[in-house]
Amino acid sequence: MIWIDTIVQGILLGGLYALFAAGLSLVFGIMRLVNLAHGDMIIFAAFAILLITGSVGLNPFLAALIAAPLMFGLGWALQRFVLNRVLGKDILPPLLVTFGLSVALQNGLLEAFSADSQRIPAGPLESASVDLGIVTVGWMPLLTFATAIAVIIGLNQIFYRTALGRAFRATSDDPVTASLMGIAPKGIFAIATGLAMVVVTIAALYLGMRANFDPSIGPARLIYAFEAVIIGGLGSLWGTLAGGIIIGVAQTMGAAINPEWQILAGHIAFLIVLLIRPRGLFPRAVD
Amino acid sequence: MTHHVVTRTRTGTIAGIAAVALMVLGLVLPAFASRALIQDLFTILTLLTLAQLWNLLAGYGGLVSVGQQAFVGIGAYAMFAGVILWGIDPVLAIPLGGLAALVLAVPTAFFAFRLQGAYFAIGTWVIAEVTRLLVAQWKALGGGTGTSLPREATSDIIGVEAIRALFGLREAAARDVLAYWLALALAALTIAAIYWLLRNRLGLALAAVRDNTEAAKSVGVDARRIKWAVFLIAAFVTGLTGALIYVQTARISPDAAFSVTDWTAYVIFIVVIGGIGRIEGPIIGVIVFYILQSTLADFGAWYLLTLGVIAISVMLFAPRGLWGLLSARTGLHLFPVQRRLITAGPDHGPSMTKGEKEP
Repeated sequence: MIWIDTIVQGILLGGLYALFAAGLSLVFGIMRLVNLAHGDMIIFAAFAILLITGSVGLNPFLAALIAAPLMFGLGWALQRFVLNRVLGKDILPPLLVTFGLSVALQNGLLEAFSADSQRIPAGPLESASVDLGIVTVGWMPLLTFATAIAVIIGLNQIFYRTALGRAFRATSDDPVTASLMGIAPKGIFAIATGLAMVVVTIAALYLGMRANFDPSIGPARLIYAFEAVIIGGLGSLWGTLAGGIIIGVAQTMGAAINPEWQILAGHIAFLIVLLIRPRGLFPRAVD
Repeated sequence: MTHHVVTRTRTGTIAGIAAVALMVLGLVLPAFASRALIQDLFTILTLLTLAQLWNLLAGYGGLVSVGQQAFVGIGAYAMFAGVILWGIDPVLAIPLGGLAALVLAVPTAFFAFRLQGAYFAIGTWVIAEVTRLLVAQWKALGGGTGTSLPREATSDIIGVEAIRALFGLREAAARDVLAYWLALALAALTIAAIYWLLRNRLGLALAAVRDNTEAAKSVGVDARRIKWAVFLIAAFVTGLTGALIYVQTARISPDAAFSVTDWTAYVIFIVVIGGIGRIEGPIIGVIVFYILQSTLADFGAWYLLTLGVIAISVMLFAPRGLWGLLSARTGLHLFPVQRRLITAGPDHGPSMTKGEKEP
């Protein structure tokens, strides 16, 4: 019985990791950009939400609604004015720029908000739980998981049902040919990063409501997110969810055996999957 | 008519003489320098070594690793294990660090070489994290909280007594001098070895693989073997450096020894700011890094913030780094690796043709 509980908690935790990873998967899938600052951007968004809830006294969900367009703008500008300039065949320049951004963001947040642990207050939702017969699960993990699925469905709708999505897929497959068809890849890239930042805001909302955060924890979230993306396979959002669940279940099972093994178990699951399938489980795009 | 290929230039020879003079100055420096300066130079020299090695990997080998802290950490821990578990002298235990890093590098390479580009970077990072978490389980060496070198081990390190007598220093200062000399030797040997490597057949093959793997293979370069060789060499020396750093620190913890900021982020910034793909780059980079660190040291987080912003600006506006800017303006190469064809004919006398351009 305890194992069923552990696995269910792991699957729900996987929802959070899938949220961390969805924005990364989007950017990575469309422009092969490795954003090493992704984790720090989640923390940045969490502080933005905290600031809005704290100063205006808004409900965190409404605060995220305000933060999302701001984050979209920041992402758009970042891509338009910085990252587009370094994108190319060589993966090193964008990697180094986002690495610099990661360190700058971390220390900027440290300077602005100190190293104290923070939490976005979510009221009674924090501890509410529901009895599902076999297992009891918290509302918050359940809501996180449902949001992850909603985000992935939403992104897939954009991808496969809209002109913008067609442009995304075309640029992902072949930017040169796409530009011959009247698509401006750089503009598409900027919108994609903006959209990724909206997903980052949603991830930040749940990260901040579920656990304490401080400016230094970004890189660890980045690693989980990357593992989920790589396990899932390039360009597959459902694959990313599967990746998140694999990491989540491995972590809760590792923790059930020995609390010190939680994170280790997640990493080892990642290494095993990659050893068997170097391109991930469900690769859609070709790298 | 006879042809031969040379890389030697007059600037290179002058730079070589200057380097030897600098080495001699570095050797006698402890006679009149303060202990603080010796400690600073130790940090600079070890960072320079790590930066040269990362530059060899990423700048010449095209292997962008974000997991070099794995080798620093495992090297340091192997040295600690040698001292604490087997009672070896700390200095003599340094080679254990290199060996441990080499042993770790084999499975790492086996795994990471299946991955391309960005996947490779993340894969190496995850392996470093796994190593850190596993080492944190090693209770004999303090587990997650770490441990210190025992007093009896640090009190009679080989050579410290002689340095005490020579300079009339206290024991702790003499230990710093010893660590500094070792760091100087390691940095000089690393730079010399990389320079030698790049002027060699292997260096040419390495640049070919980095620039176009398929084309390099088509002319008979064994790309896989070369990447393995570079990765293992870099891991071995990184392990030695890690062990040396922790001989001087004498206190270790998994979080410090496997720190991605200290052993990989700083190192990447040094290489990028100075100029990637050049031996001169990390040297300029480490000087800039040190100046920034000493001027901004009192401003805490602002220091790293500035460093990050500088790295971004360099990547945007001078992708070849500061040395790349300087070199493009002046044509200066202190460590020439460019191959030029010299044609010596019976009636023409020696004439020179312009060879390939520096990458």
